[in-house]
Amino acid sequence: MIALIGVALAIFFSVYSSAFASVSNASTLSTYVAPIMIFGIAEVFVLTLGEIDLSVGEVYVLSPFLVVYLNDAGLGVIAAIIVTLIICAVIGCVNGLITVRLGVPSFITTLGTVFALKGIVLLSSNGIQVNPAGTGTIANVLGGWSYSSIIWALAIAVVGHTLFRRTTFGLHITAVGGNQTASAEAGVKVGVVKIWCFVLCSVLGGFVGFLDGYRIGSLNPGTDGLILMFYGVAAAVIGGTALTGGRGTMIGAGIGAIVLGVLQDGFNIIGINAFAYQLVLGLAILGAMILNVQLELARSGQGAGVYGSLARTLMRLRTGGAGRRRRERVAK
Amino acid sequence: MQVEGITKSFGAVSVLRGVDLHLEPGEVLGVVGANGAGKSTLVKIITGYLSPDSGQMYLGGEPVHLRSVQDARRHGIETVFQDLALVDQLSVYHNLFLNRETTTGGRLRFLNNRRMRADARRYLHNIQVDIPSVDVPVEKLSGGQRQAIAVARATRRDDVKILLLDEPLAAMGAKEAKLIIDLVQNLARTRGVSMLVIDHNYTHIFELCDRVNVVEQGRVTLDKRTKDTSLAELTEFMVSSYRQQIEEDSA
Repeated sequence: MIALIGVALAIFFSVYSSAFASVSNASTLSTYVAPIMIFGIAEVFVLTLGEIDLSVGEVYVLSPFLVVYLNDAGLGVIAAIIVTLIICAVIGCVNGLITVRLGVPSFITTLGTVFALKGIVLLSSNGIQVNPAGTGTIANVLGGWSYSSIIWALAIAVVGHTLFRRTTFGLHITAVGGNQTASAEAGVKVGVVKIWCFVLCSVLGGFVGFLDGYRIGSLNPGTDGLILMFYGVAAAVIGGTALTGGRGTMIGAGIGAIVLGVLQDGFNIIGINAFAYQLVLGLAILGAMILNVQLELARSGQGAGVYGSLARTLMRLRTGGAGRRRRERVAK
Repeated sequence: MQVEGITKSFGAVSVLRGVDLHLEPGEVLGVVGANGAGKSTLVKIITGYLSPDSGQMYLGGEPVHLRSVQDARRHGIETVFQDLALVDQLSVYHNLFLNRETTTGGRLRFLNNRRMRADARRYLHNIQVDIPSVDVPVEKLSGGQRQAIAVARATRRDDVKILLLDEPLAAMGAKEAKLIIDLVQNLARTRGVSMLVIDHNYTHIFELCDRVNVVEQGRVTLDKRTKDTSLAELTEFMVSSYRQQIEEDSA
């Protein structure tokens, strides 16, 4: 469903402006899509648990600064990057521990971390922009080269999907998010699974920080991490991950990110007024979500109002089709 | 399994006042009683969730002290709780294998879905649980099918000796109930699993059980084979002892 919307949007923008389907736009589009995709994947890990990580965007702002500080302190760039990723993991671990062991809802825990991390960035940088540490190959591989971000994003999507769908760990994420009591009853280590998800989410957020830092070539301590995080949550949810837990899809998050990236890039190209852009984007997200949610409700026959009946009609058409095919098969 | 002289008090309230109960291999025992009679406390003791103040529990003639639910499970005692046992969003076979997944080596523990699917299909076929497909999420199944999957999962391990069922037929139609009754009796007969069924509904007890125990005021007051008694007799017994209790209270 959401993939169709994405394709429709891409066709619309291509027809509207020849610039959309051009080689030069491919790299621009990929710089829109890549960070949202990785944020989306990061959030799927926690959303599937029925949790949320609001702080991942602020980890993104902090991480390239940490590389600069560690590099200034005498560490090599690669070592600084590795240590930074470990620090990101610790931040995720703290989020997880406060949520799991102290019983604070993750929305509140990570809301606290957002402000704390923002404070650390501002205090340590004095609010001044700096250049990222490291140039040349490292910088190019980590986002400097036009297509490196999207390659990383796709690679992370593949690994994330495999982890999520093909391993015991991934199965347990869905199990815990679906029915925590039953999972614990079956002996799944609920707390451990949750903490690992927060760790993964944070590390991915920190990694996107490198990619965008090296791509843009300067680090702004005032960057709004929250909005980036919300793009990630939006990509995940548009793709079919439930905020209530138990249902997540990495591929969906990837497609959701492409839709959001196409929207942003497309609106830029067709020259929508910068002020109207946010409004249109907001309405587009709402529209896509209403359709998605109502389709889901129609499946259980609870859809409300006009959208509900529209969705039910759509579903009937679909199931009607499937029923016919099945009958035909039986008839043969 | 056998329990002797089990007592349990919560503060000044003594809930169990010397319960004697026994359960033979492959037997289905129904336990009935009014609310507050001590049924659920008794179940919690047998499943290791609570420990008794006094009394002794024996498994296969050996005295045992259950320290926890895990401990009880190690002794082959499993419980099926209403609506708590399954993850709706996961497929039937993932539910059956939850936390006991078949994996293909390595530290990442990759799921061997093909193998689990085949094993689940074979296992369900063996115990005659008929569901459309092991791939569907359990939320798509009917109440009876879900209960059957929960029972199937609890008894999947070969060393399961005793299964506790809390109102296994609650809110089920006749056809659904038949599914569970057949499954429970089949497991008892072919695998020798002993079943302890807690239920308020006497009709269900008669359909499901070989023997029935009535718990009243913390004691077992009636122990009869279901074929030696009747629904009318059991109801009469409960009503008369209820009357007697009211008279005692007012005297």
